[in-house]
Amino acid sequence: MAPEAALAGDAPGPRYSGAVITDRIAGIVLARPTHWGFLAGLGVSAAFTVLFLVAVGYLFAVGVGIWGIDQPVAWAFAITNFVWWVGIGHAGTFISAFLLLLRQHWRTSINRFAEAMTIFAVAMAGLMPILHLGRPWFFYWLAPYPDVMNVWPQWRSPLVWDIFAIGTYIIVSIVFWYMGLLPDLATLRDRARTRGKQIAYGVFALGWRGEARHWHRYETAYLLLAGLATPLVISVHSVVSLDFSFGLVPGWHSTIFPPYFVAGALYSGFAMALVLAVPLRAAFGLRDFITERHLAKMGTLMLVTGLLVAYSYGVEVFSAYFGGDAHEIAIMEDRYTGAYAPVAWAVILCNVVIPQALWLGWVRRSALALFALGLVVLVGMWLERFLIIVQSLAHDFLPSSWHLFVPTFWDLATLAGSIGAFALMFLLFLRFLPAISMAELRKEAHHEPMHQ
Amino acid sequence: MSRDPNDTDRAAHLRFWRSVEEAQGEVDPSADTIGLPTGRRDFMRLMGASIALAGLAGCSRPPLERIVPFRDGPQQQTYGKPIFYASAIARDGYGAGVLVECNMGRPTKIEGNPLHPASLGATDVFSQAAVLELWDPDRSQTVRAGGAIATWDASIAALQGRLRARPRGAGVRLLTETVTSPSLHAAIRALLGRYPEARWHQWQPVNRDNAYAGARLAYGTPLDTTYRFDRARVILSLDADFLDAMPGCVRYAHDFASTRAAHAPAERRSRLYVVESTPSLTGAAADHRVPLRARDVPAAAQAIAHALGAASDGPATAPVPAEWLQAVVADLSQSRGGCIVIAGERQPPHVHALAHAMNEHLGNVGGTVVHLPAAAAEVVDCTASLRELARDMHAGSVDTLLVLDANPVHTAPADLGFSDALTRVPFKLHLGLYEDETAAASDWHVPAAHALESWGDVVAFDGTCTLQQPCIAPLYGGRTPLELIAVATGDAQADARTLLTRYWSGRQPQDFDAFFDDALRRGVVPGTASAPQRPALRPFDVPPSTTPPGASLELVLTTDPRTGDGRHANNAWLQELPKPLTQLTWDNAALVSPALAQRLGLVNEDVVSLRVADRSLDAPVWITPGMPDGCVSLSLGYGRTRAGTVGSGRGANAYALRTVDAPWFVPGVSLVRTGRRYALASAQTHGRMEGRDIVRMVSVAQAAACTAQACGTPGYRDQRTLYDSPPFGPYAWAMSIDLSSCIGCAACTIACQAENNIPVVGKEEVRRGREMHWIRVDRYHEGSVQNPRTVFQPVPCMQCEHAPCEVVCPVEASVHDAQGINVQVYNRCVGTRFCSNNCPYKVRRFNFLQYSKDVPSLDAQRNPEVSVRMRGVMEKCNYCLQRITTARIAADREGRSLRDGEVVTACQAVCPTRAIVFGNLNDPQSEVNRRKNSPLDYALLAELNTRPRTTYLARVTNERHGA
Repeated sequence: MAPEAALAGDAPGPRYSGAVITDRIAGIVLARPTHWGFLAGLGVSAAFTVLFLVAVGYLFAVGVGIWGIDQPVAWAFAITNFVWWVGIGHAGTFISAFLLLLRQHWRTSINRFAEAMTIFAVAMAGLMPILHLGRPWFFYWLAPYPDVMNVWPQWRSPLVWDIFAIGTYIIVSIVFWYMGLLPDLATLRDRARTRGKQIAYGVFALGWRGEARHWHRYETAYLLLAGLATPLVISVHSVVSLDFSFGLVPGWHSTIFPPYFVAGALYSGFAMALVLAVPLRAAFGLRDFITERHLAKMGTLMLVTGLLVAYSYGVEVFSAYFGGDAHEIAIMEDRYTGAYAPVAWAVILCNVVIPQALWLGWVRRSALALFALGLVVLVGMWLERFLIIVQSLAHDFLPSSWHLFVPTFWDLATLAGSIGAFALMFLLFLRFLPAISMAELRKEAHHEPMHQ
Repeated sequence: MSRDPNDTDRAAHLRFWRSVEEAQGEVDPSADTIGLPTGRRDFMRLMGASIALAGLAGCSRPPLERIVPFRDGPQQQTYGKPIFYASAIARDGYGAGVLVECNMGRPTKIEGNPLHPASLGATDVFSQAAVLELWDPDRSQTVRAGGAIATWDASIAALQGRLRARPRGAGVRLLTETVTSPSLHAAIRALLGRYPEARWHQWQPVNRDNAYAGARLAYGTPLDTTYRFDRARVILSLDADFLDAMPGCVRYAHDFASTRAAHAPAERRSRLYVVESTPSLTGAAADHRVPLRARDVPAAAQAIAHALGAASDGPATAPVPAEWLQAVVADLSQSRGGCIVIAGERQPPHVHALAHAMNEHLGNVGGTVVHLPAAAAEVVDCTASLRELARDMHAGSVDTLLVLDANPVHTAPADLGFSDALTRVPFKLHLGLYEDETAAASDWHVPAAHALESWGDVVAFDGTCTLQQPCIAPLYGGRTPLELIAVATGDAQADARTLLTRYWSGRQPQDFDAFFDDALRRGVVPGTASAPQRPALRPFDVPPSTTPPGASLELVLTTDPRTGDGRHANNAWLQELPKPLTQLTWDNAALVSPALAQRLGLVNEDVVSLRVADRSLDAPVWITPGMPDGCVSLSLGYGRTRAGTVGSGRGANAYALRTVDAPWFVPGVSLVRTGRRYALASAQTHGRMEGRDIVRMVSVAQAAACTAQACGTPGYRDQRTLYDSPPFGPYAWAMSIDLSSCIGCAACTIACQAENNIPVVGKEEVRRGREMHWIRVDRYHEGSVQNPRTVFQPVPCMQCEHAPCEVVCPVEASVHDAQGINVQVYNRCVGTRFCSNNCPYKVRRFNFLQYSKDVPSLDAQRNPEVSVRMRGVMEKCNYCLQRITTARIAADREGRSLRDGEVVTACQAVCPTRAIVFGNLNDPQSEVNRRKNSPLDYALLAELNTRPRTTYLARVTNERHGA
């Protein structure tokens, strides 16, 4: 039971000295030779990134008509991708900011890459609403800027709120992440062997010398930023959900959407964190830092958020019948029996049924099982967003307008390409920046005996 | 000198040919062969001509001329103001008056002519689409000789040479469609007088052979029977689609609707009984409809006639339900002198004769039923006429054939072998708007002038004659049939106007100029309506019913509601306009009943092979509620091979199964599955109302007792709201659509398309659900799938006072104006499409791709008052804002307010049934207010509290109890 023993205590990290921690993690960036598997992954994700660029280029050249959207389903893949990617981002902020404030020290091993995941996911998410515009070159008209014709955005539109929500979120996420990186960038600067790396890391380290004053200010600012980022975990996806619940489309027009969407966001975010963490710790020998205990905790969080999501599904159906609105009832009946019923039942299967395996302790402790469950939940959550958006639109008030959405190659290319671009950015991050916060881990290693 | 250099060339050119051939009186042997002269002598001749030409033209450069801008513009033309010209557009030979709107010399829009009896201000879809046909870049643009580009003069020379060699016209044949034009008829008669052995044939695939034969049977003389639906209280239609596919149908729809409107006086309200073999607009309007195989209709007619006492013997068994039969007979008997029995054009002659007998028996003739002398200048049996021509061609006795404005290669019955016979004719000249199938099979092709480019005249269903005047010079040097006949008669110089005035001055010698101007201005020639006739009914025999045993299927051929007999196949507006009953676009399909489909295991879009004797045709299946069992219906008008870029290769060519003996109803058809599938584009994928209050229907009794409470009309104007009503100016525009009047013809949709520069998206895009029509006509079925009630609902933008689209637009591109119109600012729209998602009526239309193509000739059609939208921009109905603004500016200049009825939207103007009324809510006297105060008024989805400005009047049905 050596691993169990090692996991004793609040911080599940191994009892390495600070120097060993620094050696191991900085070594991934500075010393470790590039593995062929890494190159292969890079190649695949780069290929999908190229597909993404081609899809976007063709989209800009020809128009959103290359997708399968139609009347009445004027939103489909792009907005689904948007909501899905934003949601994925939420887990990173939750882990790094929310858990920091709650003094969950075990988060230390996973917050860095989770934050990176947030930024890349939100970057992908932020692109989607721009791509989906009929005239994307005018996207900045949604932002309030002094215009010679004195035209402002229309403030009642949730899409304008989105601009603020997403804009705030991406700025705070980047600043928070970058702040946290400063001591580690300085470490890399100091350990880099080549002049180029020294300069590059040095510039980004902003002159960090590890003085007590630096540390004092850093800790204060980091805590403040965590305080700032924490409400965003709740607010951003709540605002995103208003894009739907503000509308009067049956299936959208529901007050449960904000908490429902936040729970779903965290659900998919933890799933993505698991999907990234499991191969990461295997490939880079980080099992000692990202332990099974970490994975199990994320599994537990996934289970909790999954149950919230399942509850929301139930409430949706209940409130449709309880409310008695014929259109809402029709939407719910169509959702589970109509043309998109296979999607709906796949959602139930992926998001409600299969994740119940997380009640089992051995599942939570099995990296492979968690990885698989993470993938299942990611698929399920994407389908859920697709279902809410597309099925509701396809089946609204006037039966004469009902029309199904059928995706085209370019819909799929945009989705696959955005995953590729996300993966590419993440892989590059692993090679150029420490995937685990060295400074925080050192601190934990130092503090640990006291906690015991 | 300001002569056009082209004129000089042209004059020289004419003189050249005259000098070589005509002036010397020499018959050019090469004119018999095809193509331009290429021999040595010809070469010398050409060279000589070139020198002569050079001499005449004076120099190689055009003469110096000064360009002077208009100081005094052309008469009546004001920059930016349209001019309307009265003219007429023919459909299957019968004219309907139109007013052609010309913007800076470009015909852009067509309105009905209120003075014309077949129009009364409205038009059908074909007239609306005529303006696109005019500008169609696929139109024939040059004379062709054996496929090579040639000149008009060469064609004249060839034709005249040909005729000179046959001084008595032996072997010369002329083929036209049904001619109603008096001047053309006179010219043809003159031609036949000059060439006595020449023969004239008339062929039109959608013809009145059966109606004329029926009149001959009953009265001994061919007649055009017209109907006064406004006076009828009971109407029985025997497979007659008088609302959509009959000469005078626009007028009939108007008259019929006047007895059907939600607030039609009770004593005038009509009841409509229909038996029909294919669902039609008339069937959808019926109070009591029976789907019946076409071959059972005669027996049904006989049974009714017998029960009425108008026929001595009846069939052994009536194919209609007994209670239905009793109801019809009782209703007809109770409305003597005030009812109509009308037989369908496709039904055999004795059904027409039976209808005449019933009308005589019921005392309708002279009242609701009016017999007129045939509008056709000369009544011939089209089928017999074409058969005779084909026989002679096969026999080799035809050596010169002129085909004017007809396309027999495509439309001739399959068993005539017309194409093969045509190859045996050494000289074939075709005049047509397109280089169609017949043009390709002809030696010479001459582009025809479009109706909007032509001088001519045409007769309406009631005999009223209209002079057609050109609204633009022929775009491609097209000629009219009149000009070509004049050339054949030897008069190569006279232009169409001269020919027309020559004819009419013969008929109206006194004060001709005043008469001519007046007739042109009015769009009708006064006093030309035919006088009613009262021939005596003669006894006739009804052939015994030869209904074969019930098992074999019957194929019903129909005129396509959009492409007609195929002539409109290249018209993208019509192709994309959903067919009313099936909502299909861009294709025809084999319509089968749900029961038949179930029996044969067919689903929509399965391709079946329709086999009759040794002929077969593959067509996709479309399951159509209300189709009679044992019937397959397929429309003509598709499967064109040389229609143009839009129409070629679309759909199945039903002519392949059409024979001389079975022009409309083909018995003994078998349906064989091919296992293939063919994608069809339907604009509406769901046809049931799902119990929602969408098209509200009330009976006459309910309507009479209707108060706001009794009808359960939600008081949509009294609903509470947290927001103040926006302040409005003097005008609050609103619309009311009477669903009782609406027959679902979709003229509104296509009129809106023409008015508002709405692009066509194509079949694939329609399949994706991306059609752009700003006003669509929804079709719902209610009741059993075997015989449902079919209802239509035009849906334009509701112009909600609390518009859901406005609050969700992030850039304020969707805003309200002070007149209460929800306007879309195209320049500001970034294309989030949230407005469309949030529109419960789904009336917003998005440019998913760059749909408005920049084709020069199509650009010319566009309404200069309306922006052309680019890709990525949302658009929708705005109550024809440009028309409101134009009228308001005019009123402002006169310092007055707009009067009720002064602004007419495009959909309202075109509507034959006056279902659409538009006006100012702030004017308590306005028609729209009167309608909105009706207890039958209701708003679509009123519970959403969007406060629509467009509301509906419930559909009032007039069923007979117990029928």
